Parts: sequence; C-alpha cells; structure tokens
Amino acid sequence: MTDAAISVRDLRVSFSGKEVVHGLSFDIPRGGTLALVGESGSGKSVTSLAIMGLLPQGIGRATGEILFGGRNLLGLSERDMCRIRGGEISMIFQEPMTSLNPVQRVGDQLAEVIRLHRGLSGAELEEAVLEMMRKVRIPAPEKRLRQYPHTFSGGMRQRIMIAMALACSPSLIIADEPTTALDVTVQAQTLQLLKDLQQETGAAVLFITHDMGVVAEVADEVLVMRHGKVIEHGAVHDVFSNPRDPYTADLIRAAPTLAGARPEARPAPEPLPGGALPAAAEACGAGATVLEVRDLKVRFPVHGGLLGRVQGNVHAVEKVSLSIARGETLGLVGESGSGKSTIGKAIIDLAPRQGGEIRVAGQRIDYRDKASLAAMRRKVQMIFQDPYGSLDARQSVGSAILEPMLVHGLAKGAEAQERMAWLMEKVGLDPARAGSLPHEFSGGQRQRICIARALAMEPELIIADEAVSALDVSIKGQIIDLMIGLQEELGVSYLFVSHDMSAVERICDRVAVMYFGEIVEIGPTPEVIRQPGHPYTRRLLSAIPITHPDQRGSRRPILTEDKPSSPIKPVGFQSPPAQWGRLGSDHFVRCEA
Amino acid sequence: MTDMAHPPAAPAKRRARLGLLRRLNLSTWIGLVIVVALVLAAIFAPWLTEYSPSKQNILHQLSPPGDGHLLGTDQYGRDIWARLLYGARYSLTIGIFAIVVAMIVGTFLGMIAGFLGGRTDIVLMQVMDVILAFPALILGLALVALIGATMGNIIIAIAFTATPAFARIARAGVMTQRDREYAQACRALGFSGPRILFRHIMPAILPEVMVMSSLWMATAVRTEASLAFIGLGLAPPTPTWGGMVREGYDNILSSFHLALAPSIAILLLVLAFNLIGDGLRDVVDPRLKDAS
Amino acid sequence: MLTFILKRLGFALITLICVLTLVFLVVRILPGDPALVILGDQASPDSVAALRDRLGLNDPILVQYASFLGRALQGDLGNSMVTGRPVTSEILNVLPYTLELTFAALVLGTVLGVPAGVWAAVRRNRIPDYLMRLVSLIGLSLPAFVAAIILMMVFAIHFGWFPVISAGNAETLTERLRQMALPTLALALIMMAYITRVTRSAMLEVLSQDFVRTARAKGVSPSRVVWTHALGNCLIPITTVVGLYLGILIGNSVLTEIVFSRPGLGKLILTALTQRDYTLLQGMIVVYTLMVVVVNLATDLTYGLLDPRIQYK
Repeated sequence: MTDAAISVRDLRVSFSGKEVVHGLSFDIPRGGTLALVGESGSGKSVTSLAIMGLLPQGIGRATGEILFGGRNLLGLSERDMCRIRGGEISMIFQEPMTSLNPVQRVGDQLAEVIRLHRGLSGAELEEAVLEMMRKVRIPAPEKRLRQYPHTFSGGMRQRIMIAMALACSPSLIIADEPTTALDVTVQAQTLQLLKDLQQETGAAVLFITHDMGVVAEVADEVLVMRHGKVIEHGAVHDVFSNPRDPYTADLIRAAPTLAGARPEARPAPEPLPGGALPAAAEACGAGATVLEVRDLKVRFPVHGGLLGRVQGNVHAVEKVSLSIARGETLGLVGESGSGKSTIGKAIIDLAPRQGGEIRVAGQRIDYRDKASLAAMRRKVQMIFQDPYGSLDARQSVGSAILEPMLVHGLAKGAEAQERMAWLMEKVGLDPARAGSLPHEFSGGQRQRICIARALAMEPELIIADEAVSALDVSIKGQIIDLMIGLQEELGVSYLFVSHDMSAVERICDRVAVMYFGEIVEIGPTPEVIRQPGHPYTRRLLSAIPITHPDQRGSRRPILTEDKPSSPIKPVGFQSPPAQWGRLGSDHFVRCEA
Repeated sequence: MTDMAHPPAAPAKRRARLGLLRRLNLSTWIGLVIVVALVLAAIFAPWLTEYSPSKQNILHQLSPPGDGHLLGTDQYGRDIWARLLYGARYSLTIGIFAIVVAMIVGTFLGMIAGFLGGRTDIVLMQVMDVILAFPALILGLALVALIGATMGNIIIAIAFTATPAFARIARAGVMTQRDREYAQACRALGFSGPRILFRHIMPAILPEVMVMSSLWMATAVRTEASLAFIGLGLAPPTPTWGGMVREGYDNILSSFHLALAPSIAILLLVLAFNLIGDGLRDVVDPRLKDAS
Repeated sequence: MLTFILKRLGFALITLICVLTLVFLVVRILPGDPALVILGDQASPDSVAALRDRLGLNDPILVQYASFLGRALQGDLGNSMVTGRPVTSEILNVLPYTLELTFAALVLGTVLGVPAGVWAAVRRNRIPDYLMRLVSLIGLSLPAFVAAIILMMVFAIHFGWFPVISAGNAETLTERLRQMALPTLALALIMMAYITRVTRSAMLEVLSQDFVRTARAKGVSPSRVVWTHALGNCLIPITTVVGLYLGILIGNSVLTEIVFSRPGLGKLILTALTQRDYTLLQGMIVVYTLMVVVVNLATDLTYGLLDPRIQYK
C-alpha cells in the first residue's frame, strides 16, 4: 500500500444519475505502468477524468476512494485539485491537433505549467522550458518556443504535451490514448520517448488504450474494462499468455500477427530489364483483370502571389501503376499524406487526374465521356471511413439502398424492393428495419448499410477507403469477415486502402506500400511482411507494436527521421523514372539510387 | 413483402417531423404564439374594434387611454387600438413576404454558386458582397426613396438587402455538405449534380435557412418600421407602426403614450420572430446540442 | 501581408466602381429630369436646357459615365445640385458627428457586452445566463429609434438629466458628452446585445474544446482558463460581429440623429433623397461604401493579429 503511487478503491462514476463505471479498484506502484484497456464506451476515459477531478460539473459524479499521497482526491476542493493537477498528476490526451491552445505560443503554454507548479519566472523559467523541449527532442527549441502550435506536426505536438506533462516531475502520468491519432512510425517514437522519460523520472503511468499491441509494448499490469466493469486484471505476461476472458482473447487476436514477427533476412532484388514494372496482366498472374492503373498522376495546384497564379503542385500521387484481378484484394498501405486515399478517389473521379490511364474490366475509362463514366460507376463502387457521414442522415436506409438501383434503372418497383431486402439480409441486417434512419443503427451496422448500398450497383470492384479504421476492434473483425464472405460469394474485388496493418494482413492478397505519393513496394501480403525489400517498408513494419510482451527487446523500431524533400514541386517538374527490382515471382520493390 | 411496396422512406420522414415538433422548445412556442396571435388580430381587425383606423375625429384629439378608446386617440382623433390592429397587416405582410422572396432568391443563388464553384461562384458572390457592403437600412432607404414607397416596392427593397445573407449561408452550407462523405458517396454512386444538390444537400441546409429566415423576418419588421419612422414608409394615412411612433414622437412632450403603444407592438413582433429563430437554432444546431 | 492589403484594396476598388456604376445607372434610369427637379416645375424650357447643358446631361451616356467615374476616383464628387457647394465639403462637415457617435457606441457596447457574454456562458443554464439571454434578446429586437425614444422619455424628459436635443453645438467637453450620452447609449445597448450573444455562444463552443481540458489538466484555475485561454479564442467571432455591426451601426445612426435632432450622415442622406439632390446622393453612397470597405479591411487585419493560423496570402 505504501509504495503505491495511487490507489483506487471501488470507484463509481455516474452521469446525470446513470452509472457508467461500476466499482473499479486498482493500485499503481511507483514507476509502474498500468494499462487500462477497453473500447469506446467502456468507461476508461471517464475513469481518467474522475482521477483528475475533471468530470463535467453538475453532471458527472464520482464516489469511492482515490488515494493519492495519503489523501482522497474525491474529497478535495477545487483549489487543492488545481495544485495537484499538472504538478503531481499530469495528463496526456489523445488528440494532439486540438489539445494545444491555437492562439498561444508553444513556449508560453509550456511555461504556464512550470510557473504554476514550480514558481519559476524570467530567465530561469525560459531555461526550464528549453530544457523540457530538449528532453522531448524538439529540434531548435530556441526558435520553436516562440512559434504557434499549427506550425508543429502531430507527433511534435504530442511531444510538447509530454513535455508539459513531465515538466513538474509528477508522481503519476495519465496517458489517454496518447498515440492513437498518430502514424505508426510516429507512435513508435512517441512510445519510446515516454518510456525513456518515465524511467528517468520514476513516475507511475496509467496508460489508457484500446490497442493490445501498445499494451504489450509498455504495460506492467493490464486491466480490461467493458461497459464500465472490470473483466480482467493481471500482470501483462499472464494476461497475454492466458487470457481468462474470451473478450480479452479477442482483443489480443485483433493485433497484427505476421507484422509483429521479426522480418526475415531478405535476398537482394534482382534488377528488372529496363527498370520498369512489368505490364499489369503479367503482374497479377492468371484470371481476368478488373482494374488496371498505369502511371496515374494526381497533383493539386498551390496558388500564391498577387494574382493567385499556380506556383507549384503538390504531387499527391506520382506515376502509380497497379492492377487487381477478379476476386482479389489489393491493399494500399501508407501513412497519412502518402496519397493512398487519393488513388481511390482519382479512380472514381472524386479527385482530378493529371495523367495516366485507368482500365476497368479491360475498358479504358474516358473521364470526359459521360457514357464511359457511367459504365465505370456501375462497375466500381466505394465505401468510406465514416459510415455515418457517408449516409444521408435524412434518408431511410432502405431508400438509400434503393436509390442507386432506381437512378441507374437496374431494377424497378417490387423487384427493386425485393433486391433491397435481399441485400440487407446479405450484409446481416433485418430487412424489416429498412424504414429506419441511419442514426438508429450502430457504427458497425451503418458500415453494413454502406456495403449493401455499394453492392446494389452489382460492382466488380469496391474501393474501401479506411473502411474499418473508425470501428472498434471487435466490430472491425466482423466487418472484415463480412467483406471476405461477400467476396467469396459474389467474386467482387477490393482495393483496400488502410493504415491498419492488422486489417490489411487479414483481408489482402497483395499489398502495395505507398510513400509520399509513390508505390515503393508491391507483392503478396505475406511476402511483403516477412521479407520487406524497401527501407521504408522495413521502417513501417518495425514500428508496428509487438504482439506479446515476451517480444520486448527482440525488435527495435527503426527510428530514423529522414523526411524526403517536400511533395510540393515547381510547375513542370518531372520525377526521374523509377528503377524496379524483383524479389519474388510477383513481389517488386523500387530500387533507391 | 406487400407493405414494402410503399417507399420505405415515408414512415421515417413522418416520424422525424413529429420528432421535430416535440423537440420545439419554450422560446419557439412563445414566439409562435405571439406571431399567430398578431396574424389573427390583423385578419380579424374589423371584429376587434368598432373604429376605423383612418377616420379623423376633431372632437377627440389626443384623448388618453380608456374612455371609449382603449389606447386613446392621436392628434387627429384616430383610435390608436384600431390603428395598431390594422397596422399589424402591413408589418406582417412586408416582414414575411420580403424575407420569403429573399430566402428563395438568395438560397437558390447561393446553392448554385456553392455547388458549381469556379467563375459562377466568383461573379455571383462578388455581386452579393457589393450589396452586402452597404448598410442595409441606408440601402433600403435609398431604394424606397428612388422607386417610390408602395407596398410592393418596400418588399422588394427589403428583400434586396436580405438576399445576400441567404446566398452566403446557402453557399457556405452547400460547400461544407459537398465535401462531406455522403455527398461524395452520391457522386460515387453516379447520381446527377441536380439530384445531389436538391435531393440530398438541400434538405441538409434547409434547417439553417429556416432559422435565418425567422431572424431576418425580425430584421425586416424592424427595417420596415424604421423606414416608416423616417417618413419613407407607406404614405399616411396608412396606419404603419413606425409611422405611428413618428407621429407620437412629434407629440412626445404632451402625450407620450402615442409613441409607446406602437413601440411596444414593434418590439413584440420583432421579439417573437427572434424567439422563434433562436429556439429553432437550438433545435437545429448540433454543436449547441452536443454542448448541453 | 503587403500582397494581402493590395489585394483587398483592389477588391475595394472593384466594389467602389460597381457601386458607382450602379448609382450612375439608377439615377439615369429613374423617371424625372434632374434639371427639372432642380429648377422646379415652373422653369422655362430654355433655362432647363441651359442647366442640362451645364450639368453635362446632354453628352452621350458613356461620356457622362467616364467623366463621372474619373472625377469620383480622384475624390471630386461634384457640387450639390441644390446648394451648389462641393459635395465633399458637405459630407466632411457632418462626418465627424456620425463617426464619434458610432465609435463611442461601439466601445461602450463591447466593454459591456463581452463580460456579460462570458458571465452568461460560465453560468450556463443558471439565472445569470437566462437573464443575459433575455436582456440581449430584447436588446436586439429593439429598433434603434424605439430605444432612443424610450431613453429620451425617461432620462431627458422625465428626469431631465440630459438634453432633449443633441445639436452638436456644445461649447464645453462636458456639455458635448452630455449631448452625446443618450444617442450613444441607444446604439450601444443594441450593440451590446449582439456582442453578448456572440460572446456567449463562442465561449460555450471554446469551453468544450480539447485545449481547454489541457489547460485544466495543467492545474490552471477555472477563472484563468476562461479569461486567458478561452477568451483569446473567442475574439475572432467577436471581431466578426463587431465589424459586421459597425456597418449596421453607421446605418442605424440615422435613426438616433432624427430622434435627437443631431447632424450627421443620416440626416444628410435624407436631405439628398427628399430634395432629389443626385450628386449629393452619389457622393454619400461613395462615402458609405468607403467606410464599410475600410471597416472590412480593418476586421481582416485584426483577424491576423488575433489568430496566428491566419496568414495573408
């Protein structure tokens, strides 16, 4: 008891009388890390707000005991809590983009917490701010501290948040999904930084997350919550090796498995004659080609100057070639800004194209010709990341599924109604609910509706743009299973755009890795994951969290930060032709000069 | 399966509408009650008073409230209560019709500008900005003075000043909706531009336009009253509220109730429209809902 | 920055030319011969023809337009058709009265409105909030002339604290302030109503944002969170409303000018309209447009000071 940094006893939290956390108890020893795991609505974030005394006033109420430094935090006045918050207990939030005050200089925001709790001022204060910025490895801190948050990247902002949290040597740090909004390579850097600083200061950490991979990386102890109740609590090795609750086992299984393993030694790529990728039909082996993209270019103009002339172009997609066979799934992976989503949008004419050729089922698409465009739309459909946002909130789901059939004259009257009911059953929904509005469904059900709507067009290819990324882990698995089932039954192909390696690993036959607008590696999913050929692929894979705490130390993320030159190029810029090499029968990698 | 022959959208829509009625808050209800009461008073004015709004009576000049005249008489001996009741006709007609015209024209132009973008957008919005760059009251004043103060002209003048506001809000609404995933999904499904704009995007921006309409009706009533007060409203002896305030103001030292009664009437009607608009905004604006 | 200002000035120039063209056209299209208007119905055809010639009304319309536009852009707005004095000096004579009234009302309205709005937001759904919402709703439902008349009845006629007439002929500063007090208050009350409302809603939105939670988690006291972190982020919408309302304020000042018999732009444009003094009217419209354009430019530049994310391009 005495060496616990914090002890929570029978914590219950209610909102307007409705209890959402039902009796939670745990201790975190000094220097220890407890991972609080759960999906949305499990009560994990509410717990952290209760500890901080930040539940919405007048609505949220917490009972039980939160013992910290010999006092029960739930009995303290607002003034006393102000002294503890930021000083003895500090917090890091999920959204680095919105968690900093946009109109205050970064240095001032960092200085505020130091001034409040350490009472420094003047030159001493500035030195303390600089020291913290150096500790979280912000380059050129003297310059950076006078800048505003919008000039910082997400990862840098999260490092500023970490600096604020650690500035007053707290005995407890609460980290609420601190890396969820970050790219996987940035996540690896941030986790490493947090671990290093925790070791240095000896602070206890309450780490809130939904990602078992992250838990395997950082936690000493794990507490799994569901619907406000504790369903599993134990040391991290025990929980991973012998999960007692099936729900915990599901969560553990949801983490990427292949990717978590250590990459095998790789053979040197064999240079291809002429250095170019082989033609599509050849590359995708047997079977009819559903989609063939050749040298696709997407550029967005950058305006500037007095008259708003085009001063350069963002090369969002640069000379991308790929192909998908009937019934095949091609994954498109990469981090934010890599151009992976833009490719899907360019194919379906939601983004402009500046060059290249796109063939659907052998037919070249002429985007200026209405008939050609209409033919493409019949064969290619899209599902989006946010199922609620991609449905018209005022339209019943049945009508949403019917509309494309009626507009394109695919079916009429009773036949269309029948087909709509059939589609709803196919995606696992009760046709009797056709009259309901989208908000009456859960997130996973809404994505099912979107899939049914896409299938109403009887497409040959569905572009899934981060289609499962916004879903909870357990729902994600169900939607992926549904997609795989539909593929087997209907023979539809998928272009699966995602940053989520566990989903890609499960559904994709082949995978293409995107880096700043270009494909750097393409091949069968298991081969690319086991024998990554391109340095970026290796870095990306190494950053994916491990799957079991036993793997700690066996695999170090590659933490280099080599940013390529800006994607904004002057007008008329031509990128040099890429040199490709072959690693397997259909595993190709770009050779860097 | 037989009941599926009906478009499945119908029951959902009906439910949504009923839900909206149920969600209306107190302030909307108060505003609606006031407006409806005033509309009824204006329609049934002849039954609510025995006096004519324009008949002069030299014997009863400036008589105080009570004594056969509910609110007294003005300097020509005209019954103020009667003038208020008949005056409501002009305030309501001008306020409502001017904004209906502005709403239809402005929303349509704004939607087209927002959806098409490019040159259409630049030209249309440039014109709107030029109109908007002018104090509305002065613009209305100048227009009415130049084209003549008839009922139709006042409606046109006020509608003219209000149109850019609707164009702007419709354009902004369309531009946000256009980039939302559901609009992209519609494009991916191969729906035509007009279908996306009028079937899917328009219903999404209409609530906001309705809120604006209500708030602008308040402004229109105020502008109409201001014009009449300045002396550029409907010509006397037409009983306009603003004109009555002006006549009362000219006699303010002797009998202040002359100005007070129509002032309160104007305030009441403007307040009612503002209450409706405010209440609707609370119902419609999801941001405010989330915060509560 | 410079590019931005040049661009905005270019836009202002376009607006001005559009307005001038519109005014020119409207005046020419309207029924009624300006020369006849000036000389009256009884004038002989000869004298009308002579005046038309002198006013340049016999020139081709494009020549008239070009010379009108050219002179207007050089600041020469012609002479009043009625008094014969230069329009510019007629306007400059009364401009200060309108400006002092408008800015006094603006400052007063902001100084009262911002704290009231913050107070209402912090005490959301409690008595201060309901009170502020009711008061501001009444305030923005009150036409300026009604507000002015009520203030006059109470403070000038009943109590006699302030003069009924604000003729602008005050000799001492205190007398001038006494004359200005009621017209200013009438406009400021309405201004305050708008600012209270926008401050309240902006504050409510900002208070629900993530960075406010961050500030609280740092141990910053609730009042400091509101007044430094949150209010700094509310200033943009407040500035928008101030800028927008300044135009309305300039327009509404005509009403208080009538009620308190004050000289000003509003009175002048009424004269121009009733006397059909087209040159004066043209000039006034140019001045109004210029004022609004300047206000908009100032608003845009203020945004840049308030929000580091805004860059002028």
